[in-house]
Amino acid sequence: MNIDKNKLNWIYKKLFTIRFFEERIKKIAKEKSVPGYLHTCIGSEAICVGVMSALNDDDWISSTYRNHGHAIAKNCELKQITSEIYGRSTGICKGRGGSMHISDFDKGMLGSFGIVAAGPPVVLGAALQEKINGGTKMSATFFGDGAIHNGAFHEAAGLAKLWDIPMLFVCENNGYAEATATDWHLNTKELKDIAKAYDMISYQGDGNNVFEVHQITRDAIIESKTKNTPIFLEFNNYRFSGQYEGDTQLYQPLEEIEEAKKNDPIKKSIEMASGYNFSSDEIKKIQTDALNEVNEAFDFAETQPWPNPEDALEEVYVNYPKELLR
Amino acid sequence: MRELTVKEAINEALVESFENDKNVILMGEDIAGGKGRENYPGTQDSWGGPFGVTQGLLTKFGPERVRDTTITEAGFFGAAVGAAMTGLRPIVELMYVDFAGVCFDQLMNQAAKMRYMFGGKQSVPMVVRTVVGAGFRAGSEHSQTLYSLYAHIPGLKVVAPYDAFDAKGLLLSAIKDDDPVIFMEHKRLYMTKCDVPEDMKPIPLGKGRIRRPGKDVTIIAIQRMNLFAEEAAQKISEENIDCEIIDPRTYSPLDEELIFESVRKTGRVIVIDESNPKCSLASEITSLISEKCFSDLKTAVIKITAPHTPIPFSPPMEDFYIPSTKKIIEAIKKVHNA
Repeated sequence: MNIDKNKLNWIYKKLFTIRFFEERIKKIAKEKSVPGYLHTCIGSEAICVGVMSALNDDDWISSTYRNHGHAIAKNCELKQITSEIYGRSTGICKGRGGSMHISDFDKGMLGSFGIVAAGPPVVLGAALQEKINGGTKMSATFFGDGAIHNGAFHEAAGLAKLWDIPMLFVCENNGYAEATATDWHLNTKELKDIAKAYDMISYQGDGNNVFEVHQITRDAIIESKTKNTPIFLEFNNYRFSGQYEGDTQLYQPLEEIEEAKKNDPIKKSIEMASGYNFSSDEIKKIQTDALNEVNEAFDFAETQPWPNPEDALEEVYVNYPKELLR
Repeated sequence: MRELTVKEAINEALVESFENDKNVILMGEDIAGGKGRENYPGTQDSWGGPFGVTQGLLTKFGPERVRDTTITEAGFFGAAVGAAMTGLRPIVELMYVDFAGVCFDQLMNQAAKMRYMFGGKQSVPMVVRTVVGAGFRAGSEHSQTLYSLYAHIPGLKVVAPYDAFDAKGLLLSAIKDDDPVIFMEHKRLYMTKCDVPEDMKPIPLGKGRIRRPGKDVTIIAIQRMNLFAEEAAQKISEENIDCEIIDPRTYSPLDEELIFESVRKTGRVIVIDESNPKCSLASEITSLISEKCFSDLKTAVIKITAPHTPIPFSPPMEDFYIPSTKKIIEAIKKVHNA
């Protein structure tokens, strides 16, 4: 596969950054040193980075409450992401969003939603705007296997196909819809077959293989734009994290987790590195850089000021009498 | 001066907005309608929505900007949010406000919160046009108003015009507004007429209107209730009781000061709302008055609302459900004599 060295460096750096970041989040979650709900994405790194490496910087995406990996791979500022999780004034959403809503519109993120399947219709709208205005930005919505039963996903899929909208429906099939395994909740034998109901093209790939994800996504973007049609992508991986930090994960047997570790996307990426002309020293150097950046981001966030309480009243509307907000 | 119906005024505001801004688009179920089948084409653009309000827009502006949707409120409401954030000014039609249940997430959790929750970098300039109101013998699921459901939510603006003049002026403003606006059209008012100038200017959101100046009793009337309020005020004037009628027109933001000024003057207040009574606009306005104008009140505020029931179908029962001119006259006498 032809990927230039700059992009390869970027891919590895992002993979490691996400993993180190989420490991640190797991640690601070145990220490209870941050407020609020936390959802980590250990096991999703290759999907986040693989898809984003095929998109342009200003393409549109939506994410979910499990968004840290998407935000990092979409080049959001790591320090601002971390500061947001700590609820500080310099956070990416000025402290009004929190871990579940990490999103930077300037980086093409339309939103990270706490509601399952909220993203597909919103991304459909951005893609519709591109179509009407003759724009060239691609649009991709990320969601999990749990979202494919929700009406909002189906309504967006149906309209996207009917209206010939180029966009990607990216399903991360991580084996669990919250605490319910896919074995229990899928109606179709293959998850991607859900797209057949809408006569939508679909592809499936190994979500632990960042280069396979990259290739499938890159091809799908070209096909979607050429044929003026939405495409459904299913990437399979394993959710090592629980639904949220603090989840006892009793529904995930230890044997299953051990088995899944054989296909850990980070481990797999390191194994494939020599095939892309990386020496082990180069990989170690990228890992060190990534870890340093993560540590710097947490050092930064911990020392950032809290927002003024009254800042809660800001930016509810573009234009509204302030005295009526109280 | 020429007269327009509310329906014509809304259609005109839509056409002008389409002409003035190429980013304006319209999405909704059967907003054109009648596409027909391949072998039997039928008449295009035959419906224009169930009340014919959007008729002609497809023919004038084409299917790229006038999108007749499938029956997928969650799908196209969410799409309006994404389209609005990225540069369009979508208008979406919720055929009846009663259908809100199937797309409330897109309004309550996405449209309303995007700007705030994600740090203020984006805005959501979309308009939801929807049909409200009882008195059409349309039963429980096609007759509600639900004003307060929307006014309750921070991030949304709520507009409910009474006459054609306000409908046109307020819709022009709503479409230009950078926040999501819920624009409520009363089905029993569509065919009512009033003067609307050719060069109608937008009416700012958040400014109420004194429909009838008076000194003895303040009547705050919501949307269609202005009709009954005027009838009652006219009638009671024969008994030398001089009523002032306030039509707030927009409910978020609410022109509180206009209401308070009138209350300070009269000290006697009636609030009329055809919605169910609990947690309604009537209860909100009444509570604001008691908080801000308690010492000005000469007697307790009277609320006239529908009862706490779904809307019945059968005409005698539905007529009982809707506040009446008779009830308003009784209330005026009561507050006046207290």
